[in-house]
Amino acid sequence: MAHEFPRPGGGRSSRIVWLRYDSRARAIVYQVLLAAALGLAFWFVIANTAENLAARGIASGFQFLFREAGFEISETTFLSYNAGSSYLRAIAVGVLNTFRVAVIGIVLATSLGTLIGLARLSRNWLLGTLAAAYVELIRNVPLLVQLFFWYVVVTEHFPAPADALNPLPGVFISNRGIVFPIPRSPFELDYPELTAFNFSGGGAVSPEFAALLLGLVIYTASFIAEIVRAGILAVDRGQFEAAQSLGLRPWQAMRFVILPQALRAIVPPLTSQYLNITKNSSLAVAIGYPDLVSICNTIINQTGQAIEGIAIIMFVYLTISLALSAFMNRYNRLAALKGGNP
Amino acid sequence: MATMLPASPALQWLRANLFSSLPNTVATLCILYLTWTLLPSFLNWALVSAIWSAPDGRLCREAQGAGACWAFITEKHRFILFGTYPYDQHWRPALAVAMLIVLYGASALRSLWRPRLVIVWLAGLAVIAVLMWGGVFGLSYVENERWGGLILTLLLTTFGIAFAFPLSILLAVGRRSAMPLIRLMSVAYIEIIRGVPLISVLFMASVMLPLFLPGGVFIDKLLRAQTAMILFAAAYLAEVVRGGLQALPRGQDEAAQALGLTYWQRHRFVILPQALRIAIPPLVNTFIGFFKDTSLVVIIGLFDLLTTIKVSLNEPAWTGFGVEAYLFAAFVYFLFCYPMSRYSQALERRLARGAAAPMIREN
Repeated sequence: MAHEFPRPGGGRSSRIVWLRYDSRARAIVYQVLLAAALGLAFWFVIANTAENLAARGIASGFQFLFREAGFEISETTFLSYNAGSSYLRAIAVGVLNTFRVAVIGIVLATSLGTLIGLARLSRNWLLGTLAAAYVELIRNVPLLVQLFFWYVVVTEHFPAPADALNPLPGVFISNRGIVFPIPRSPFELDYPELTAFNFSGGGAVSPEFAALLLGLVIYTASFIAEIVRAGILAVDRGQFEAAQSLGLRPWQAMRFVILPQALRAIVPPLTSQYLNITKNSSLAVAIGYPDLVSICNTIINQTGQAIEGIAIIMFVYLTISLALSAFMNRYNRLAALKGGNP
Repeated sequence: MATMLPASPALQWLRANLFSSLPNTVATLCILYLTWTLLPSFLNWALVSAIWSAPDGRLCREAQGAGACWAFITEKHRFILFGTYPYDQHWRPALAVAMLIVLYGASALRSLWRPRLVIVWLAGLAVIAVLMWGGVFGLSYVENERWGGLILTLLLTTFGIAFAFPLSILLAVGRRSAMPLIRLMSVAYIEIIRGVPLISVLFMASVMLPLFLPGGVFIDKLLRAQTAMILFAAAYLAEVVRGGLQALPRGQDEAAQALGLTYWQRHRFVILPQALRIAIPPLVNTFIGFFKDTSLVVIIGLFDLLTTIKVSLNEPAWTGFGVEAYLFAAFVYFLFCYPMSRYSQALERRLARGAAAPMIREN
């Protein structure tokens, strides 16, 4: 068998035989077959879709984006919006709302997660156990359950505006959300004031936003805590001992020796947590925070443009995913070992 | 330590673990103080003053939140666990749940990891299908629109993983293929699915799948959601399997090649058995994530465990007890996820045999 491998184009052997023995030719045949099968499948799907859309009288395409949306959005970030605005503007509001909750969520979850990760490593048994209990309790319950829970807590169990909690001057926490002072000019703050049933003035956070942020931060922090812990454990123990023998204090050893090395193990999985928090913010649709998915869902229900709506959702998330991983790769290169310094 | 005065082991433990330094002592005292103030009032709410049974929410409302209203769970547990399945037939989904738990428990034992286990699973799933649908052996027929609660959550997970796993192996092997088209397609599939939220895949299945099929072909909501879950899980599992493939030393493949094995033989007998074994602990983690993710079907209106709880809360007699309801939901999910999580950690310790980097659970 081994002494007569026929070559392609060898002429003497039949086609079947060279297909059996020449892996390059076989690869080409496989790929052509696969491409043909895929092409057929796509053609089948596209033909069916065109027929179904025609039967339902839905015109495909993105022209609908410039029509009047006609629905209100309960909260907007940076952009002004009213029912007379276009669908395109509604989607832009959704994207910004997604960004708002994701960015604030990432910052808070990283801080809380790092604290809990460090607490888990603490030599204090109580602190370590408490942090471990937090991690196991939180990460083994679906995020959606936690979101519903926080939404109920915020809307049903927080005090009414009249008895709002007032933890800091000008900051009021009630079942209508959180209000806080915002700068009106460089030297003057705009303080919220209690009117008959609610607050006016100042900045405000809706109960939906508060519940979503609370849920995302608490949930993601449990995963970040494990990442931080594993990253620090990955640094050789000798590093800490060496730092101590150089006379560094424990926090100095942590800051200048352990953390910079641990970051190398921390950054890659942390990136995927940041992506997770962005994707998970889409659960907003379940509690009524107007993020991208929930606005696109409304648009799909209103216009029947399902394919376009879902394509927009996927396009935006894929762009965020790619951008975030590109940014993190850059950071990763910066945090990686720098060799060759004299 | 050696120079210290001899102390009882308990005292030594306390000193080393709770009072080793000033900051440590402060932390210990703070935690003890918080526990002292918060724990009694929580226990009072959750247990002592709780109302365990009542026909509706009136008794609980009169208590004005002094105690938890577990009566909601007592009263609605049948609906929460079994959904709209015919009431007098609830033993069928209950038995199906018990069977699934036994099957999963048995699959966790390494001594039972034999090819025969697959046959046992197939037989078990067949029995469960008969139990749930009925229509034979004197069981009344129950259409799957009426399935709900815990069994739906478990079935979505089980069938999701069962169909996604083979697909994920193909994707993972495809991603490492020498053929550019196959590699490109595997990468594109995996990265697109992993880049978008599950909810968009679920929406896609529930609104777009009917558009893709020829007119007149109809697939029900459950099957559409199940398809979405399978497609979603496959991309995540594929990355776990790829991790296992990458961890395998190249020499294994080269040795198999030297023995004259074909591509498929090498994968079937040499590479995959070892790669999948390495990948088991992260596979269990993906499984946990997937189990939790099934709760998202509430958004497209499927009657899983979370939906039945939400629907129960909408009854006027029971509105306002969301905290109790969702704590119960959390408790049930935790009951399944926590053992799996511990199992995966224990398995990793045993299988890894001192591997370099510890595994981190991502979802």
